[in-house]
Amino acid sequence: MKRFTKDHEWVELDGDIATVGITDHAQEALGDITFVELPDVGRTLAPGDAFAVVESVKAASDVYAPLAGEVTEINGALDDKPELVNEAAEGAGWFIKLKVADAAAVEALMEQAAYDDFLKTIE
Amino acid sequence: MSDPADCATGAELRRTPLYERHKAAGARLVPFAGYEMPLQYAGIIAEHTATRESAGLFDVSHMGQIRLTETRPGAAAAWLERLTPSDIAGLADGGARYTVLTNAAGGVVDDLIITRLGDHFRLVVNGARRAAVRAHFEANADPDVAVDYLDRALIALQGPAAEAVLAPHVAADIAAMDFMTAVLTEAFGVDAMVSRCGYTGEDGFEVSLPEDAAGAAWDALVGDGRVSPVGLGARDTLRLEAGLCLYGQDLSEEISPVEAGIGWVVPKRRRTEGGFIGDARIMQEFAEGPARKRVGLTAAGRVPARAGAELQVDGATTGIVTSGGVGPTVGGPIAFGLVDPAHATIGQEIAAVVRGKPVVVTVAKLPFLPSRTKRKGSS
Repeated sequence: MKRFTKDHEWVELDGDIATVGITDHAQEALGDITFVELPDVGRTLAPGDAFAVVESVKAASDVYAPLAGEVTEINGALDDKPELVNEAAEGAGWFIKLKVADAAAVEALMEQAAYDDFLKTIE
Repeated sequence: MSDPADCATGAELRRTPLYERHKAAGARLVPFAGYEMPLQYAGIIAEHTATRESAGLFDVSHMGQIRLTETRPGAAAAWLERLTPSDIAGLADGGARYTVLTNAAGGVVDDLIITRLGDHFRLVVNGARRAAVRAHFEANADPDVAVDYLDRALIALQGPAAEAVLAPHVAADIAAMDFMTAVLTEAFGVDAMVSRCGYTGEDGFEVSLPEDAAGAAWDALVGDGRVSPVGLGARDTLRLEAGLCLYGQDLSEEISPVEAGIGWVVPKRRRTEGGFIGDARIMQEFAEGPARKRVGLTAAGRVPARAGAELQVDGATTGIVTSGGVGPTVGGPIAFGLVDPAHATIGQEIAAVVRGKPVVVTVAKLPFLPSRTKRKGSS
């Protein structure tokens, strides 16, 4: 089950490995994405660390770590096809996999319904 | 994720006569020049490509339209030759000219289009500079020149299909018009001013018409299968590829037209005679060369250098990026930089500092794409 941040990242936990990406709302707001700068595998992230940059035609935006952990894998497909983020932000357009330090920390993030309510407050 | 800088502000925003149509079309609206304007409809790349390949329709009603009339023959042209460094006296009836309003320091108050229409002139100025232009005109007022600020809509149709799409809606024969000419005619059943001009590098037209007639004109054009509505996002990528300056980025109160690489707006007579506001600096820059020059920059990779990025050669600052992004038709990052003239030669490699890291950019010829506007003698 996915969890969400107020900065529009999503996390899906499988054991202690979290897949992280940006939400469909985020890709929609960014518009055409032309490049995603991903971190090196092995980098250790603290919550809130800027770990990736999304370049759209319009602007460059930082992406923040929703949880603490170590980067174990990056989505190499984004190198050739950054538009995957526009097409499937919450699926094939994932950014990184993270070996999380504290799996329970995910409980502090929003569930889908709470995130949907949050989106209504910012529109 | 950090929010892209398009969040709404608390300020009261104005709306163009086409606001409801943008909203109904599902456009993302953002504050721009004091107006709530469409940033994009289908998406920036799709809109950009549609303009290059067929026709893009733009609501540019936020731009300021001004009419100048004179009580003494020649007064308006003389006044405009004091305010701009261009040849206005020699502008033919129906001729339109791109130029700048200069300030005392040789910087730019605004860039604009001046059109002579019989006994009067029409000016189109940037929306964000309406108030600054008005203050500048009032500070330099001439009793023989009356300045009227018009409330009219302005729509632009740009791209290779523009002429064929627009022609049936205009009484005048627009196919016979050259680029940078204008006519007063009937369009969409009302009195309009139709100019063959634009700011995309494509052939195209701008139609100025009464506000209450704008909706029907927009509907007629957007209902044509060859036409896509285009927002501010693609307007920016189109003008960037075409090598055209954006006021507030590539032009400012501090940047001179010579530095900005639009010295061509100053013809030989004016370079010799001067007689315009800010002529001391501008004439000196023509004689001795400017302190910095606008150049085109391309990058081999995919990381664009955006406005504000520092430019370095051998670790020392040479200038700054004034506009930058990804050119959808060029297919890669492009930018304008204001650099030391020693580093302004085509092929010069420069490091742009992006998020603390150097990105290699190369000085390239402007425009990035060949212009496809319809010049005299072309068919």
